Amino acid sequence: MKKTTRIILSIAAIAVLLAVLLFLQANERDYGMVITIIEKSAIYAVVAVSMNLLNGFTGLFSLGQAGFMAIGAYTFSILAIPASSRASVYYATGINPIIEHAELPIPLAMIAGGLMAALFAAVIGFPILRLKSDYLAIATLGFSEIVRAIIASPQMNTITNGSFGLKKIPEFPNLLTVILVAAICIAIMVLLINSSYGRAFKAIREDEIAAEAMGIGLLHHKQTAFIISSFFAGIGGAMLARFMRSIDSNTFKIALTYDILLIVVIGGMGSVTGSVLAAFLVTASKEQWLRFFDEPLVIGGVSVPFFKTGLRMVVFSVLLMVVVLFFRRGIMGQNEFTWEGLFGLFKKIPNLFKGKKKKEAI
Amino acid sequence: MSLNVFLQHCLTGISLGGAYALIAIGYTMVYGILRLINFAHGEIFMIAGYFMIFATANFGWAVGIPVTLIATVVLGVVVERLAYKPLREAPRMSIMISAIGVSYLLQNLTTYLFTALPKPYPEIPILKQIYNIGGLSASLVTFITPILTIILVFILVYIINHTKIGMAMRAVSKDFETSRLMGIKINKVISTTFVIGSALAAVGSILYFTDRMSVTPFSGTLPGLKCFVAAVIGGIGSVPGAVVGGFIIGICETMMIALGYSTFSDAFTFVLLIIMLLFRPTGIFGEKTIDKV
Repeated sequence: MKKTTRIILSIAAIAVLLAVLLFLQANERDYGMVITIIEKSAIYAVVAVSMNLLNGFTGLFSLGQAGFMAIGAYTFSILAIPASSRASVYYATGINPIIEHAELPIPLAMIAGGLMAALFAAVIGFPILRLKSDYLAIATLGFSEIVRAIIASPQMNTITNGSFGLKKIPEFPNLLTVILVAAICIAIMVLLINSSYGRAFKAIREDEIAAEAMGIGLLHHKQTAFIISSFFAGIGGAMLARFMRSIDSNTFKIALTYDILLIVVIGGMGSVTGSVLAAFLVTASKEQWLRFFDEPLVIGGVSVPFFKTGLRMVVFSVLLMVVVLFFRRGIMGQNEFTWEGLFGLFKKIPNLFKGKKKKEAI
Repeated sequence: MSLNVFLQHCLTGISLGGAYALIAIGYTMVYGILRLINFAHGEIFMIAGYFMIFATANFGWAVGIPVTLIATVVLGVVVERLAYKPLREAPRMSIMISAIGVSYLLQNLTTYLFTALPKPYPEIPILKQIYNIGGLSASLVTFITPILTIILVFILVYIINHTKIGMAMRAVSKDFETSRLMGIKINKVISTTFVIGSALAAVGSILYFTDRMSVTPFSGTLPGLKCFVAAVIGGIGSVPGAVVGGFIIGICETMMIALGYSTFSDAFTFVLLIIMLLFRPTGIFGEKTIDKV
C-alpha cells in the first residue's frame, strides 16, 4: 500500500471519529451512558499505555500503577479544587494552611499531578529497580498499598481529608477535552517508544544482559521508563479524579491495578494500539455489553436462573482467563495497528469460513 | 504499656503470626518449585472460609473441618491444573498474570455466589472458650494456633527431608529441567505441593477467621499479600523461613495496632518488605542465587 493511501485512510478515520465524537457531544443528553463509557475508556487507555510502557516494552513487571494514579489524583485535586469550596470539602478536620490558597489552573494542576507521581517514582525507583521480576512486582504492589495507607491515615487529614476523600473536583467540560488530553498523552508515549530510548527499552525487554553488553545503561533506562510511566499514570489519575469528581483512598485499591493490567494483557503486552483498543473493549463490555448478565432474564415466561448481580463480572473474568490461557498474545501481540494488517484480516475472513486452518501471522 | 498488656499483645501477635505462617508456607513452596507468586493463594484461603461456613451449617463443625480441608485441597489442585499447567512452558510473566486472573475470577465468583456482604463465621465452642494463664486471658484458639503451626511445620519438614516425594520436591526446586530428565514426575510433585499448600491454607483459614467472625469475598487479598511478604522476609523457598516471617509479620502488625497506628499496620508490612529486599533480597533463610548468562 502506498504511503499516501495510508495517510488518506488515517485522516479519513480520524475525521469520522471526530464527527462521531462531535455528534455525541452535541446530543449529550441522549447519549449520556455512551459518553461516560468513552470518557472512562480514554482515561483507562492512558494508564494502560503507561503500564504497557513498563510491562510490555521494558519488561519490568510493575504493579504500582494504582499508587501512582493515587498520587496524581490527590495532587491534582488538592491544587485544583476551587479555593472557595475548600472549606466545605475539609469540613471535618479543617485544611492545612500550606495548601489552603495553593490553587493552580487546571492544566497546570494536572501536570503537577504527573510530576508528583514522577518524583515519587524517581525516589523509590532507585532502590527497587534493582530487583528482579517477581520481587519488583511485589515491591511496587507494596508501594501502592503504602501510598493508600498514608492517604487514608488520620495524620494526613488536613491534606488528603483522610478517609472522607476529596469532593468538588472540577470536572471535564466536555467529551472532546477528555479525548484530546488522552490523545496527547498517548502520542507523547508513542514518540518515546519510537525514539532511541524506546529501542533501548525493547532491547532490555528481550535480553537484559545482551542489552547491557551493547552499551545500554540498564539502571538509567529502567529508571527513565519507570519515571515516565509513573508520570502518565499520575496524569491518568488526575483525569480519573476529574471524571469521578470525588475520590477517596478506596478508589485506588489493588483491584484498580489489576483492572489495568488486564486491559494491557488483553490488548497485547507491547502494543500501544492494542492497549487503547482493549481499554475501549473492556470498559464497554464491563459497563454495558455484559450488563444483561446482571439482570434477571425471562425467556418465554420462564425466568432463567443464574442471571443475577455479579454474573457479569464472573463472565468477564472467565473471558479473561480464556485470553490468558489460550490467546496469550492478546488482541495485537507485539504488533501495532496498520491498515495493511486490517485489510489482511478482511482477506482472511473468507478463508475462515472455508474451514482452512491457517497459522495466522498476526 | 504494662508488662501484662505487652505480653497479651505478644500472645495475640504470635497467634496471628501462626495463621500467617501456615498461609506463607503455601506461597513459599509454590514459589520454590514453580517460581510463581501464586496470587490466587489468598483467595483459596478466603474460599476455605466459605467452605467452612457451609460445611458447618450442614454437618456441624466436627465433620465440617475435614470437609473444608478436602474441598480446599481439591480447589487448589483444580486451579493448578486449569490455570498453571497449560502455561508451564510460557514466560514467567504469563503465569503470574494467569495467577492474578484466577484470583480475580475467584473473587468475582464468590461475590456472585454469596454477595459481597460479610457472612458470619461459625463459632466452634471449644476454640472460643476463654482460658487464663498467668494473668493472660485469651480464647483457646489463640493458644492453639502457634502450637498447631509448629507441629504442622515439623511434620512438613519431615516430609520434605525424609520421604521420597519430599526428595523429589527438593530436586524440582533445585533444577526443574534436570529433575524432569531424571524421571521425576513433575506434575505429581507440583500437585502434591498444591495439596500441602492448600491444606495448610485451610487450617490457617480456620484459625484466622475463628478470631475474626466473618468472611467477605475480599478478606483474602490483604492477608494473602502479607503472607507472601512473610515468605519473602523468611527467604522464599524455605519452609522454616516462611514460619519465622509469618510470626514477624503477625507480631509487628499486632504491635502497630496496639500502639495506635492501625491505619499504618498494613503499610508497615510492605515497608518491611522493601527494606528487606534492599538489604537482604534472599531473606533470612534464603540461599544466594547466581545469575547465569
